[in-house]
Amino acid sequence: MAPAQAMATMSEPQSITVTVNGERYQRAVEPRLLLSDFLRHELGLTGTHVGCEHGVCGACTVLLDGAAVRSCLIFAVQADGHEVTTVEGLAAGDGLHPLQEAFRREHALQCGFCTPGFLLTLVPFLEENPQPTEEEIRHALSGNLCRCTGYQNIVAAVKRAARERAEAP
Amino acid sequence: MKRREGLAKLTGREPYVDDLPFDGGLWGATVRSPLPRGRIREIRFGAGVDWSEMIVVDHRDVPGRNVIKLIVDDQPVLAAGEVRHVHEAVLLLAHPSRALLRRAVRAVEVVVDPLPPVLDYRRPPAREQIQHGDDNVFKRLAIDKGDVDAAFAAAAHVVEGIYQTGAQEHVYLEPQGMLAWLEGEGEREVVVVRGSMQCPYYVHEALCYALGRPAERVRVIQAPTGGGFGGKEEFPSGVAIHAALLALKARRPVKLVYERGEDMAATTKRHPSWVRHRTAFDAGGNLLAQDVEVVLDAGAYVTLSPVVLSRGVIHAAGPYRCPNVRIRGRAVLANFVPAGAFRGFGAPQTLFACERHMDRCARVLGLEPAELRRRNLLRDGDATATGQRIDDGTDREALLDRALKLAGWEAKRTAHRSWNAEQPFRRRGLGLATFFHGAGFTGAGEVYLASRAHVAGLADGRVEVRTAATEMGQGTITIFTQIAAARLGLEPEQVVIAEPDTARVPNSGPTVASRTAMIVGRLVEKACDDLRRRLGVGDAAPGAAVVEAIRAWHRQHPGEEPVGEGRYEPPPGIHWDEEHYRGDAYGTYGWAAYVAEVEVDLRTYVVTVIDFVAVQEVGKVLNETLARGQIQGGVVQAIGWALLEELKVEGGAMRNNQLTNYVIPTSEDVPPIRVAFVENPYPHGAQGAKGIGELPMDGPAPAIANAVADALGVDPCAIPLTPERLMALVEGEDEAPVAGAA
Ligand code: FES
Ligand code: FES
Repeated sequence: MAPAQAMATMSEPQSITVTVNGERYQRAVEPRLLLSDFLRHELGLTGTHVGCEHGVCGACTVLLDGAAVRSCLIFAVQADGHEVTTVEGLAAGDGLHPLQEAFRREHALQCGFCTPGFLLTLVPFLEENPQPTEEEIRHALSGNLCRCTGYQNIVAAVKRAARERAEAP
Repeated sequence: MKRREGLAKLTGREPYVDDLPFDGGLWGATVRSPLPRGRIREIRFGAGVDWSEMIVVDHRDVPGRNVIKLIVDDQPVLAAGEVRHVHEAVLLLAHPSRALLRRAVRAVEVVVDPLPPVLDYRRPPAREQIQHGDDNVFKRLAIDKGDVDAAFAAAAHVVEGIYQTGAQEHVYLEPQGMLAWLEGEGEREVVVVRGSMQCPYYVHEALCYALGRPAERVRVIQAPTGGGFGGKEEFPSGVAIHAALLALKARRPVKLVYERGEDMAATTKRHPSWVRHRTAFDAGGNLLAQDVEVVLDAGAYVTLSPVVLSRGVIHAAGPYRCPNVRIRGRAVLANFVPAGAFRGFGAPQTLFACERHMDRCARVLGLEPAELRRRNLLRDGDATATGQRIDDGTDREALLDRALKLAGWEAKRTAHRSWNAEQPFRRRGLGLATFFHGAGFTGAGEVYLASRAHVAGLADGRVEVRTAATEMGQGTITIFTQIAAARLGLEPEQVVIAEPDTARVPNSGPTVASRTAMIVGRLVEKACDDLRRRLGVGDAAPGAAVVEAIRAWHRQHPGEEPVGEGRYEPPPGIHWDEEHYRGDAYGTYGWAAYVAEVEVDLRTYVVTVIDFVAVQEVGKVLNETLARGQIQGGVVQAIGWALLEELKVEGGAMRNNQLTNYVIPTSEDVPPIRVAFVENPYPHGAQGAKGIGELPMDGPAPAIANAVADALGVDPCAIPLTPERLMALVEGEDEAPVAGAA
């Protein structure tokens, strides 16, 4: 196949089915469409933010089958047949997820642009490590950038969430 | 009071500009100059793009003046003929498909005949490099006090030093962005812009000027803004004009959102600085004279450099008592993206030099750094470099003592000596900075602004606070709610904060210069008082009476609403001589003493801040949680400036314009910041508040550099103190050049 033809085939829309926040979506997408753009522009789930497009800032972090991934680094077609959770799907019903509540209590956000990415990075982290030390928390957060808070209150929020989880009946 | 906004940010529902729907709209993009200086010969539209379906805008499409209005009319909306920096905007494109648009931007070639650029602001320009006046100097300022030459002649000690700081990128997490559309027809057509910004009325004024429209035919609304730090003070005006020009030509909504690489390469930076100190002391370690020269790299256009220089020179002599002072400052052109507003606004640069220099002086004089400062800190009754008498009742020595005590200075000093002797590769040190930050606009700035705030009574009895102050997570909405609720005796739920929309709110001035809580907050208080007067309820009447009076007013005046207004009036007794730079430069100052503890690894030359203490007096602390958050965030941003953040500039362009290679602090790079406040209410600020937002940017860099000096016995004079620069210093080579040299 000549390169030009290959290009044409490659850019033909492909049909994918993705479950996002418990809802199934079927869409025809360009193979090179990023998952972040898919979520934001195709599904209108704009809580997933794009801060760098290079996998550095972590603002676009979502859960793919429960694991934190950077949605600006993977293509929508790679999520075909998988489950995605975004910040919009974090809380059950009208309330807040305990981690969101801890962020609110500890003033762990200022401008809020980084917040969804931090939350989704932390959900699996706390699952795996329910009683983390300060050092472990800081390490876990080190892939997400925040320019406003200085991180201190984010660390405090993680500690609070861990504490409350341990105390929960 | 608990923070009011934030819930939408936690749940992903906060509509930042890139999240706004704009059905049937186009995406916009900017084509930029490839060279630092030259004449545009030709613009070539390459093959592979159907240009007939592309909206194309150049300087000929600017209906008003081709100028981004600010202080001096020198910066074009779109380059016409000449370009003065790489990434200067030349052409705008819009199209429904972002993918096609990206391809189109790449297909345009801007052909520029080069002219000799200025690539290092520190070198005197050759004749063919002159682009402004006859020396490329945008602004000069001078401060004179006493007889400096006589004092030097009589000095027991004279200490000199040259200090340099590099550029810094704001890295607000949300890049620049604007959405523009048209409402109404013909004579009634209004250009509406909604986007990420700090100062809706700056954007409004700039739009009117460039579009040649009266004020009522332009409307600007702030969208939730993902960080600013000064980077969204003046720069968004240009983005807004660009989006509006595209929308006017396309007759459709246009969204212009920068990608990170474009944002980092093309937007304003903190001014690089070069500062020389010559300082005279008597035998007792008392300051006799300070002779300071300040040079700021302004980049290619004037933008805000005159006022950045102003704040820089006023802070250059530090918070010290000195009878003889000479300060000379200049902001000079270089063919690089214009420097602009950035948290601290010139003060971090000159305070870095001042506080690093104080440590050098202490060493020469054989005094402890804290002792030298103790002898020279301003006491009540003393005067600053501009001759402003300080008499606010703040004990600046006590502030210093508090910081030393909190840091455990003495004990750590002793511990470091033995630790350093035992460790083969690691060294620890302590560093100190005492400093101040003028709150609000400099000099007569607030008088010129003539800010206004409104508080309106709504039909249901609630009140609405209407100001142009923007929320960026620093807490404006919460603080204003708190202020209005307290003043009117209401519950927080009875106070609504209006969205900053120039069609609805008066011009309360820009959200900059740490002025929002202190100055605009005070206007809100006055507007509350005025509302009480209009309603005929006394100052002591409870909130229930206010609510009842508002409802009664609406019953009696259907279709109207009662509005109280607060107007700025300078505090009594303030005098500022703009011509001679004498007098009361600021209504008041925040005061601070910061201590940094660092550990240096001698194998890698990596400096790690392992403890940080920030003690400050900022008047009355209105909301401790928010105030701490401001200090912690500011200190961490300053740690980045001091140690990590370095622009790699080549051929007049930033080459590391991605977050992969321009590194800002992560959670692992910084320690917990230990914050303490000393309260001393300021009678002319809202509820006694002074400004707070910028202060934490000033102290960390010199404290850290002083700590490195303490740890290694070297004398770092330039930041960022990257491993390369520190290695060169320790190994006795010349220090690596600081950004500004290309
Ligand atoms: S946008 Fe994906 S990591 Fe920054
Ligand atoms: S809160 Fe603004 S970037 Fe984190």
